[in-house]
Amino acid sequence: MAYLQLQGIEKFFGEHRAIKGIDLTIEQGEFVVFVGPSGCGKSTLLRLIAGLERIDGGKLLLDGRDITHLPSSQRDLAMVFQSYALYPHMSVYENMSFALKLAGVDPKVIREKVERAAKILNLTSYLERTPKALSGGQRQRVAIGRAIVRAPKVFLFDEPLSNLDAALRGQTRVEIAKLHRDLGATTIYVTHDQVEAMTLADRIVVLRDGVIEQVGSPLELYDKPANQFVAQFIGSPQMNVIEGKHVPGVPGVPAGGFLGLRPEDVTLQPAAQATGGLPGTVELVESLGAETLIYVTTDSGAQLVSRQATRSSLHNGDRVGIVIEAANAHRFDAQGRAARAV
Amino acid sequence: MSRAPTFTPALAVRTVAAWLVTLILFFPLGWLVLTAFKTELQAISVPPLLFFEPTLENFREVQERSDYLLYARNSFVTSVASTLLGLALAAPAAYSMAFFKGPHTKDVLMWMLSTKMMPAVGALMPIYVLAQKSALLDTQLGLVIVFTLSNLPIMVWMLYSGYKDIPPEILEAARMDGATLWQEFRQVLLPLSLGGLASTGLLCLVLSWNEAFWSLTLSAAKAGTLAALIASYSSPEGLFWAKLSAASLMAIAPIVVFGWFSQKQLVQGLTFGAVK
Repeated sequence: MAYLQLQGIEKFFGEHRAIKGIDLTIEQGEFVVFVGPSGCGKSTLLRLIAGLERIDGGKLLLDGRDITHLPSSQRDLAMVFQSYALYPHMSVYENMSFALKLAGVDPKVIREKVERAAKILNLTSYLERTPKALSGGQRQRVAIGRAIVRAPKVFLFDEPLSNLDAALRGQTRVEIAKLHRDLGATTIYVTHDQVEAMTLADRIVVLRDGVIEQVGSPLELYDKPANQFVAQFIGSPQMNVIEGKHVPGVPGVPAGGFLGLRPEDVTLQPAAQATGGLPGTVELVESLGAETLIYVTTDSGAQLVSRQATRSSLHNGDRVGIVIEAANAHRFDAQGRAARAV
Repeated sequence: MSRAPTFTPALAVRTVAAWLVTLILFFPLGWLVLTAFKTELQAISVPPLLFFEPTLENFREVQERSDYLLYARNSFVTSVASTLLGLALAAPAAYSMAFFKGPHTKDVLMWMLSTKMMPAVGALMPIYVLAQKSALLDTQLGLVIVFTLSNLPIMVWMLYSGYKDIPPEILEAARMDGATLWQEFRQVLLPLSLGGLASTGLLCLVLSWNEAFWSLTLSAAKAGTLAALIASYSSPEGLFWAKLSAASLMAIAPIVVFGWFSQKQLVQGLTFGAVK
């Protein structure tokens, strides 16, 4: 049975319909990531689930109970905020124990639970400090600790890593994944970073303008995007999408439609050895060590990125033949919807 | 590394100007203190006396002729009660405006402030009649209500700007942690805004203590505050400068001493929200 169920959820800000009737089912223990560009409504949707914004239409069910209009305090959800939102006047210990204290849990049990969480999160030696005396990464861990001591029904994460530097972000991402594996708690995680989405999610929900564009496992979304938007949102560098007229040789592109190519599916051959393929010119070579990104322009004016796992001997201005793996290509109709290959 | 400011003509001008302004502001108060210790004759002597043998005669006479303690108690009760009542009303109002902003919140705030721009005398008739009809003339309760209402806009504004500095996510976090509205207010918002609450309270205490217009028009012998005491030494008796000064000094002394000790809080409260 569905654990958390969104049925036609709607939200208006004044006249603006920010969330346009979202239907979604989340199973117990699942790690679901809401992803999308800024302004797509992902954070609003999370806040509606949290009860921090009023739901204007539809129904929200948790574990069989209608919680659509229940206040946040009675929903039994925990949230980790982007800004951490720690209580500045309380010590780390008090921050982590606040919810349990409000719930009237026995102090001895509270101490046990907080200490266990602190141990998991490496916070044991900081329990008496105030948030001010902690680094960004430590504050983040306190915010997570505050959520896990309660063992809530669902964890909500609102872009929890965006205030951390790149190295710490990667590290914390791994910790969150481990934590989810160990606790097995149902989690909803909002991010605009598709790498976080791909690495953490059991299922990704791609949102745009308050509607769901596609729901699926990370690789489903990568391999079978429902439309051009999802295709280009998932994957970095993003999928090449070029008008069908540039690639007359590839079958199955609808009239007026587009061809989508992952950068790893674009192979370049030096012009001298080129056997077929589209003729083009190298614009830029980015050597990242483990991989090389090569930006090319076809003679017909389309721009493409190629990703190669090997180091490349190509240079700016070199003439190349662009070989396209038609079997791996994605086809979109004029409206951007995925079209099946014929 | 600290260094003394180098002496420049501009600095000299600024220093002199600052002293001048301070002296001008302080002069009436200083003169009042001097006069309070003079005899009536010395008080009106021309040219004015700067050096004289101080006397406590005026204070004795003021205490004899009018019950200073009664007025002082009225001042104390009305200002403390109106401050507490004002805080109890203003804190929830400011809370809802700061954290649950609606499309008209700004208008409501402006409207509240605009009531302070109207001269108090404009509302004299209706308020007097209301007080009379509800038998609140010359009662402490009547003054408390009027003082509270007249300070409320300022209190709401001060608390509002203080609350605005508190990130709303902290309160949301408390809600997610299961806090009821009261727990959220009591255990999270209150400790975080204690400084603002204290300075707002202090300011209103001073304003209520100094309130003269309503005190003079709505109270007399029973509920009169120290402002009424001072006033009683001016008109009916002719001008007895020394006694008037003594009465004034006794009226303002408590709040001046109080203000002296809490000036840091007061200044912080007035600029609070202005600097981040």
